[in-house]
Amino acid sequence: MSSGALAVELTGQIGALPLALSMEARGSAGPVVIVGPNGAGKTSALMLIVGALKPRSGRIVLDGEALFDGARGVDVPVEQRRIGFLPQRYALFPHLDVLGNVMFGVGAAPRAARERRARAALRDVGVEELVGRRIATLSGGEAQRVALARALARGPRALLLDEPLAALDAGIRREVRAFLAAHLRTLGIPTVIVTHDRADAEAFAGQMLVLEQGRVVQQGSLAQLEAQPATLFTRQFVDHHGG
Amino acid sequence: MTPAGHSGGPPSIRWRWLWPAAAGVLALALLLLIALPLAALFLTTSPRALWQGLRDPMVGPAIRLSLITSTASLGLVLLTGTPLAWVLARRDGRLWRFVETMVQLPVVLPPAVAGVALLLAFGRRGLLGHLLAGAGAGIPFTRAAVVVAQTFVAAPFYVQAAVSMFRRVEPDMLLVARTLGASRPRVFFRVVLPLSRAGLTSGAAMSWARALGEFGATLMFAGNLSGRTQTLPLAIYTALESDLRTAQSLSLILLAVAFALLVAIRVGGRR
Repeated sequence: MSSGALAVELTGQIGALPLALSMEARGSAGPVVIVGPNGAGKTSALMLIVGALKPRSGRIVLDGEALFDGARGVDVPVEQRRIGFLPQRYALFPHLDVLGNVMFGVGAAPRAARERRARAALRDVGVEELVGRRIATLSGGEAQRVALARALARGPRALLLDEPLAALDAGIRREVRAFLAAHLRTLGIPTVIVTHDRADAEAFAGQMLVLEQGRVVQQGSLAQLEAQPATLFTRQFVDHHGG
Repeated sequence: MTPAGHSGGPPSIRWRWLWPAAAGVLALALLLLIALPLAALFLTTSPRALWQGLRDPMVGPAIRLSLITSTASLGLVLLTGTPLAWVLARRDGRLWRFVETMVQLPVVLPPAVAGVALLLAFGRRGLLGHLLAGAGAGIPFTRAAVVVAQTFVAAPFYVQAAVSMFRRVEPDMLLVARTLGASRPRVFFRVVLPLSRAGLTSGAAMSWARALGEFGATLMFAGNLSGRTQTLPLAIYTALESDLRTAQSLSLILLAVAFALLVAIRVGGRR
């Protein structure tokens, strides 16, 4: 397995939904965008990769290291996987200020060093001026950048984003999307994004993955999906412009 | 709705005042029922009589014992109630709901029943009596019994507050904290506890107040031995037979503490 790659080949059981996921994300190839109808298991797929849910069988390999291997009994705990995760509503810690949130993830180091790294992470996403702000006072776009800085400050080996634009007002979505797409390209780490929005798919995708009822029904570029939609959902998704 | 709907016609204008008046009288009745006894505690005494009352020899030991035991039971409640609440908040299913209900039961259980139950569990002839006596640790009618009785009745107040606070912590926050490298204990101490602090504090205050005021279960399980198991409420009960002033002085102390706690909880809850 070469460096900068997240390879997933697993089965799981999420409540009543059996899930089978097979995908590979490469840092060099742009994000993998997972789409699919509600209840298809998109968020569950992220939960399995990040380690919050346990697969039934299979393997998750990141940069050549097995994070999960059902056959060999490997199951690296969440906090040791070094996979950044951005949930839909960002989950910033309301009892800490912006700097405190980003410092939380920096890891063991003297305070001054942690603060330097946190500030650098905020600068990287263009919001260093928010340092002392309380979380409750942030706009949706600001909160997203702070959450992104927090996830990246630790130097994750992969990044998972669950509906990164769903919590934002339609008015600012376009601008945030453009920023996020450009920024993710500069990171060069395997990235997986769940969305239900075609505009996201256009902006982010190197590779699309369509999930229906827990199964991967189609993979390929957006253009390939458009040319040959395998299912009704895919057809509706690629036909849906605007948003 | 059509205007033809009211067959009985609108109530006469002359009787319109009746509704607010009746509500006012009823509300005032309850207000008086609560306020009058509280006022009586103050109005029927003088500072000198109060001071006299506090010089009774059983006052000092009772205050000390109450402080020691209620603090000990609060410590026990925090130490054991916090993990229990965390487990209850994170689990679902019939069994856990049953456990949660059981933990709540002491709130509505008559104190006399609590006393009997404690005796039947830890008493000399109770379920664990043989074991405890064999280990030289007979509980009934000791200070330990006071603490056990207080913990039994007071714990639910804290546990319930903690469970409802813990349930409000977004699961995503816990997960994100772990993806940021925090172990489970670190997530608990650095995210869950700070986020729940206000509710935990007021729950602990309620719990402590309940422990401080515990009477019935203590009387039955720990007895009323001056200097050993006679807490403030029991001292009040005893003083009632000899010197009403002492009972009144002690009552005012407990009233002041209860009032201060309530104000603190309400102010804390508003922040």
